[in-house]
Amino acid sequence: MNFITIDKKDWAGGIDKSRKTYRVFGPVQDENGCQLKPLAPDVYPLMDAGVTVMSPKSVLFPQTEKMLTATLDESSEDHHIMKPVEKDNTPRVVLGIRPYDARAIQMVKLNFDNPDYQDPYWCEAYDATTFVGLGINRPDSCDFSTSAGTGPFSEEGLDVLMADLDDRYLAKILTEKGETWAEACGFDTSADAAESQALFDILRKEAEKNITASVDTDRLSEKSILDLYEAPFWDDVAFSCINCGTCTFVCPTCWCFDIQDETKHKTATRFRNWDTCMSPLFTHHASGHNPRGSKVQRVRQRFMHKLKYFVDKYDQGIMCVGCGRCVASCPVNIDIREVCKTMNNYEKE
Amino acid sequence: MENPYVPYPVRIDDIEVATEDKSLKTFTFVFQNPADEEKFAYKAGQFAELSIPGVGEIPIGIASSPVEKGFVKFTVFRTGMVTSHLHNMKKGDIMGIRGPLGNWYPWEKLENKNVVIIGGGFAFTTLRSSIVYMLDPANRSRFKNIDVIYGARSPGMLLYREKLFDWEKRDDINMHITVDSTDDPDWKYHTGFVPQIVEKNAPVADEDTYAIVCGPPIMIKFTQPALTQLGYQDHQVIMSLENKMKCGIGMCGRCNIGKELVCKDGPVFTLEQINQTPKEY
Repeated sequence: MNFITIDKKDWAGGIDKSRKTYRVFGPVQDENGCQLKPLAPDVYPLMDAGVTVMSPKSVLFPQTEKMLTATLDESSEDHHIMKPVEKDNTPRVVLGIRPYDARAIQMVKLNFDNPDYQDPYWCEAYDATTFVGLGINRPDSCDFSTSAGTGPFSEEGLDVLMADLDDRYLAKILTEKGETWAEACGFDTSADAAESQALFDILRKEAEKNITASVDTDRLSEKSILDLYEAPFWDDVAFSCINCGTCTFVCPTCWCFDIQDETKHKTATRFRNWDTCMSPLFTHHASGHNPRGSKVQRVRQRFMHKLKYFVDKYDQGIMCVGCGRCVASCPVNIDIREVCKTMNNYEKE
Repeated sequence: MENPYVPYPVRIDDIEVATEDKSLKTFTFVFQNPADEEKFAYKAGQFAELSIPGVGEIPIGIASSPVEKGFVKFTVFRTGMVTSHLHNMKKGDIMGIRGPLGNWYPWEKLENKNVVIIGGGFAFTTLRSSIVYMLDPANRSRFKNIDVIYGARSPGMLLYREKLFDWEKRDDINMHITVDSTDDPDWKYHTGFVPQIVEKNAPVADEDTYAIVCGPPIMIKFTQPALTQLGYQDHQVIMSLENKMKCGIGMCGRCNIGKELVCKDGPVFTLEQINQTPKEY
């Protein structure tokens, strides 16, 4: 594995060099807090910012995205024939992504890139993207990533993992994509591999020590779906929920979407928008029947999906990376860690 | 990369009013590009998204049969925004079809078996596809006895009436057509609800008999005990489920029953499978 050091004095210049070939995304502060956004040519990522309010999933899966379009003008030969919208799939780089968010993108990949179908919008964006992560030296109080199968210095899903060493970054190049990015920035001061790895290990252990929150997941897979589904605790879990959907929108692993058509003049456009299992419309049949018509059914669906259905279907742990965004953002303080513990400890009487 | 969201362009070749209350119409579509018909190779029991640019898409079971070439047919109940729009379209209009989607009735498993088809109301579309498929001269010998129990509220609400009465006359299929009630003195078939007709007329199950059941929830609810009484085990009862869908390819997340997605892992499940999942359909 290849390590390089990047003097922070060279950081902005390197980013500028890379802008010739990359669209650069990174955390910035705006009126709504810290957000991950495409950066204007004179803007640099706020590398020491806290956790972004929204997750980086939008880089590959925008909140609203045009999919197809057709002309409705009958004088045109191809009227009413839907065609894919052209996408900008030039290389892009996400700077400062948190390691657990990179792991989340690998989970979302299970949905959009599977043996039966590949979603071209997501997959092509994924192929075009390089993820440059920054290890988390000081985890937030809501971070429980270590017990969710990732951690502050996890490498999964990253092309480069960097560590902040005050006056410089130490970067571990993990993939060919990462190497190409480093070259484009002109970052080429190599560092001793053994020493660098040792340093990474120390930082990781220090950071992991500071994570005190956790989830218990060890017994989820042995439970039966129906036992958990029919368990008596769901009314209590859902009691305070107002079905606002915030948890699903801030979640880096929530991938559900809606498809809607819009017509403007003679052009029809088919969009997809983030959807939420908290909304009754999510499952509302045209007939009026709704299999998840009540709030408790929808709350149960969210937790069962993340903590049981996903576990059983993919055998890759829970569909949660422990970023703590839903815990921090929930207006009524519903805590996935508590729900997970309740499910994990549940014994049918 | 193949884009599974792009529909095949089709032309509406024919529209038939399917029931006396005009709430159902059968649409016959012809592919604009003949090569697309081959790409759309389907099996009885699958569905497709009917796609109207600027309006939206709806998942509908394929009513035509793989043995019928040159067109595809869908019978659509007018109920929401897209189906209402579709009902107002006319012959010659261009729209799209995306599919085929989902799994199908387990035709390999059904080979050399007795097949009992039980349908109610307008949940007879993929069953029509199945019957036409099994009765095709190339396929009939692959199945043993075929029984069909099909009911609707009144004679005018039965789908595919001409086909039903043709099948009635054949000796290689046992038809049990029924209506809830009728004041037609010349009605020569059964009167009564589907579960009652099942109780009286469906063959007793041995291990080589399978039932395919499609219908409104109330019919399914009362048909299940009748089948159990006749000796059908849960793995011998095959059902097709419906849920709200958008993508149809297992990605948008809404049609799940437990960890199964109705659009991709279904819509066809055995009762044994359904009993192991939350009943969220």
